[in-house]
Amino acid sequence: MAEIDLNELSRKPKKNLLSRLDFKTLGPFIAMIVLFIFGYLINDAFINSGNLSNILTRSSFIGIIAVGATFVITAGGIDLSVGSMAAFISGIMILLMNELKTVMEPGLTIIFAGVAISIVLGIAAGFINGFLTTKGKIEAFIVTLGSMGIYRSLVTYSADGGTISLDRGVRKIYRPVYYEDLFGIPIPVLVFVAVAIVGYILLNKTVFGRHCFAIGSNENVAKYSAVNVDRTRIKTYILQGICVSIATIIYVPRLGSASAQTGTLWELEAIAAVIIGGTMLKGGYGRIWGTVMGALILTMIGNILNLTDLISNYLNGTVQGVIIVVAVYLQRGDWKKKK
Amino acid sequence: MSKGEISTEIILSAEGVSKSFGSVAVLFSVRFNLRKGEVHALIGENGAGKSTLMKILSGLHQPTSGTIKLDGQEVQLPPFGQAEDLGIVLIHQELNLAEQLTVEENVFLGREMVNGLLLNRKEMEQKVQSYLDELGADISPRDRICDLSIAEKQMVEIVKAMSRDARVLIMDEPTAVLTDAETQLLFKQIEKLKNSGVAIVFSSHKLAEIKRIADRVTVMRDGQWIATKQTEELSLDAMAQLMVGRELSKLYPPKNEVDVDAEVVLEVKNLYTDFVKNISFQLRKGQILGFSGLVGSGRTAVFEAICGLGEIQSGEVFLYGKKTQLNSVAQARDAGVAYLTKDRKEKGLLLNQQMQPNLTLLALPNFVKNFLMDDKAEQQATARGIRRFDIRARDPNITAGDMSGGNQQKLLLAKIMEIDPQIVIIDEPTRGIDVGTKQQIYSFIAALAADGMSVVVISSEMPEIIGICHEVVVMYNGKIQGILQGSEINESEIVRYASGLREAS
Repeated sequence: MAEIDLNELSRKPKKNLLSRLDFKTLGPFIAMIVLFIFGYLINDAFINSGNLSNILTRSSFIGIIAVGATFVITAGGIDLSVGSMAAFISGIMILLMNELKTVMEPGLTIIFAGVAISIVLGIAAGFINGFLTTKGKIEAFIVTLGSMGIYRSLVTYSADGGTISLDRGVRKIYRPVYYEDLFGIPIPVLVFVAVAIVGYILLNKTVFGRHCFAIGSNENVAKYSAVNVDRTRIKTYILQGICVSIATIIYVPRLGSASAQTGTLWELEAIAAVIIGGTMLKGGYGRIWGTVMGALILTMIGNILNLTDLISNYLNGTVQGVIIVVAVYLQRGDWKKKK
Repeated sequence: MSKGEISTEIILSAEGVSKSFGSVAVLFSVRFNLRKGEVHALIGENGAGKSTLMKILSGLHQPTSGTIKLDGQEVQLPPFGQAEDLGIVLIHQELNLAEQLTVEENVFLGREMVNGLLLNRKEMEQKVQSYLDELGADISPRDRICDLSIAEKQMVEIVKAMSRDARVLIMDEPTAVLTDAETQLLFKQIEKLKNSGVAIVFSSHKLAEIKRIADRVTVMRDGQWIATKQTEELSLDAMAQLMVGRELSKLYPPKNEVDVDAEVVLEVKNLYTDFVKNISFQLRKGQILGFSGLVGSGRTAVFEAICGLGEIQSGEVFLYGKKTQLNSVAQARDAGVAYLTKDRKEKGLLLNQQMQPNLTLLALPNFVKNFLMDDKAEQQATARGIRRFDIRARDPNITAGDMSGGNQQKLLLAKIMEIDPQIVIIDEPTRGIDVGTKQQIYSFIAALAADGMSVVVISSEMPEIIGICHEVVVMYNGKIQGILQGSEINESEIVRYASGLREAS
C-alpha cells in the first residue's frame, strides 16, 4: 500500500503543474504585466527608462517597509506605526546630524552617526511594539495605533510644528545616497533589491521564517511544537523597525527634511502592498516577491494616472482602493469553487 | 428522594434507528423511548453512540433508517435545532452561548421581544428573572456569560430551554465538568423540571449520580441498544457490567512483557498543579503506561505540566534518574520527551499548511544546514514519515486540514518521531478515527515500546487502554485513584476507580 502512495507522490506534481500555477501565486505578477501594457498603450513615455527608473526608485520606500510588514503580518500581527515611525526617525536623525555639524566638519562620520542612530531607533521602536503585544498581551492593532500617535506627535513637537531641515553642508555629502546610481541602477533600488533578497531568504529558508508561518497559522500549534511564540513575534516587529530605518536612511537625503507630514499613510500603503502581493492579512502565509510586486503596482497606478488625462490624478486613491479590494477578493479563493 | 408518579405516556421514541456517517456505521437499530416527566439516563462507553442518538432525538442528525415518533406520531425532526420549536431542546456538552452577551440577551437570542422597533428589555428581563427564581438560581439576567461559572452557564442553557417551553430536555454529559456541589444544584433543578412534566434525557459516566437521579436507564454499547431498565433494578456493578460485556478482539497487538527491573525513565513524585493533586508514578523503559479516567479528571494536565506546558506548584520530576524540570516544549524536546496532543486541530497541526512544514516543525533545528533550512532533508523526512506511518494522501500537496482524522494522527506521530524521543506521551491516540486506522496506530505504539521507547497512553476509551497497556493509572477528580497491573486491568475494575466508587487503599 505504501509503495503505491509513494509512486503517486512522484507522479502527481507533473500532472498538476498547470493547475498549480494558480491565481494566488501569479495574480500580482499578471496584474503588473496588465498595468505595464496599459501604461504603454496610454502613453509611450511610460516605457522610457527615465520613467521606469523613477517608478522603481519611488517604490523603494514603501517596498522596503512592506518587506518588514510581510513578516509581521505573516506571523499574525499588524504594525500601524511604520509611517509615523519613519517620520520620527527622520526627525531625530536630522537633529543629531545638525547637532554634530556644530562640533565637527561635515563628513562621512556625521552620516554614519545618523545612520547608526536610525538603526538603533528602529530596533528600539520595533522592540517596544513587539514587547507590548506579546508580554503586555495587548492587541497589535491597539499597541501600534498608540505608538503611531505618539511618534507622529513627537515629530511635530521636535519640529515645533514646522519642518526640521538638514544642514546644507551635510546634505551635500548625503545627497548621492538617493540621487546617484551604481552600474546605472539608482541606489534606493539596489537597497530595495537587497532588502527583498535578504527578506526572501529569512522568510522562506530559515527557522525564523518557518516559525513566522507557524505562529500566523495557529499560535497554539506553534507553542505545542516548541516554537517560542513571543520571541519570534518580537523579532518580526524588530525586523519591521529595521526596515523602517533603512527606508528612512535613503529617504532623508531626498528631501533633506522631516515634518509632521513625513510618511503619512505609509502604513496603509505598506499593508496594501503586502496584501496585494498575496500575503494573508490573518497570518499564516506570506510572500516577499508578492510584496515587491504589490509595492510596484501601487506606484505604477499613480504614475499611469499622472501620464493620462483619462482619469484625474486626484482619483489615485480610488483606483488603488479598488485594486486592493479586488486583489483580496480574488485571493479568497472560494470564487473558484463555485465553478 | 421520592421518584414520584411517572405517567406511562410516551412523548418521544426511536424505533430501529440506525445511523452511518459515510461508510462508517455508528448506530445499529437502536430503540429508545421517553416518558413524560421522567429522567432517563443514557450510559455507555465513549463511542457507544450516546451522543449520536441524542443528536438524532433532537433533529441535529437524521437517522439513516428507522423512525422517530413524537406523541405517537411518526415525524421527521427538522434540522439545525429547529426541533426546539417542537419543544425538544438539546444542551451540548460544550455549551452554546454568546460569551459577551448578558443572560437575558442569550435566552432571547434570535426571538427578541420588541415594542415596535425597540427591544422590550424590561419584559425580557422579568421573564428571565422568573425562570431563574423558579430554578432557584442565584444569577441576574444582566450578568455577562463570560463572568459566570460553567455551572451557571448551564443554568442559562436550562433557562433558555424553559423559555422555549421545552417538553423534552436532552443533556449530553452535563455533569462532566461540574464539581460535586454544582452537580447537586443541577440535580435539584432537574427535579423541578421533571415535576413540571418535562422529560429529561441525560448521559453521564458517573454511575453513582445516575443511581441517584434517573428513573430509567438505557445502556448502549458499540452503537447497539443493550438494555433499558428501571434504575432500582440495577446495581452500580450491574450497570458497569452491562456497559462493558465484551471480549477484546484482535484489534490489539500481542503485549510483550516489560522487564520488572527495566530502567525507570520517568518518575513523578507528589506533583501538584492547579488541576491535579499529589501525583506519583513511574514509567519504565519499553513500557506502555495507560492513563485512564473521565474527561476532566486531570490526565492531560499532569503531562502538560511535566512537558513545560503548564505550571508545577510542587513536586519532583526525575528523568532517567535525574531531577529535572522542563520549562518549555523545546526543553522537553531536547530531553527526548514528546507530547502528542489530543487536540489535533487546535494544538497539533497547522491545518492550512502542507504535510512537510507540519512534519518538521517540532524538530526544526535538525533540518538546518549553514543557518538555512535544508529542503532536501525535509523532503526525505516527509517521504520517510509517509512510508513509516503509512500516511495515505491523495495529493502530496494536500493541506493538513483536508486530511482524514486517521491520516492527521499518523502525521502527528511522524512529527514527534522526528525528534527521536525516548519518552512519548500520546493523548487520546485514536479519537475520531476509524477501526482500521486504530488497529494500525495500536501496532505503531506497540512497536515503539518494543524498540525501547517508553510510551504513555492517555485515553478515555477503556478497551484500548486494556488492549495495549502494561500498567494503568486511573485518575478521578485530579487525583490518582488507583494503579492497576496484570489481571486487574479490566473494564469493570477501571470503571469503579474512574467513577470514584473505589479508591486505592
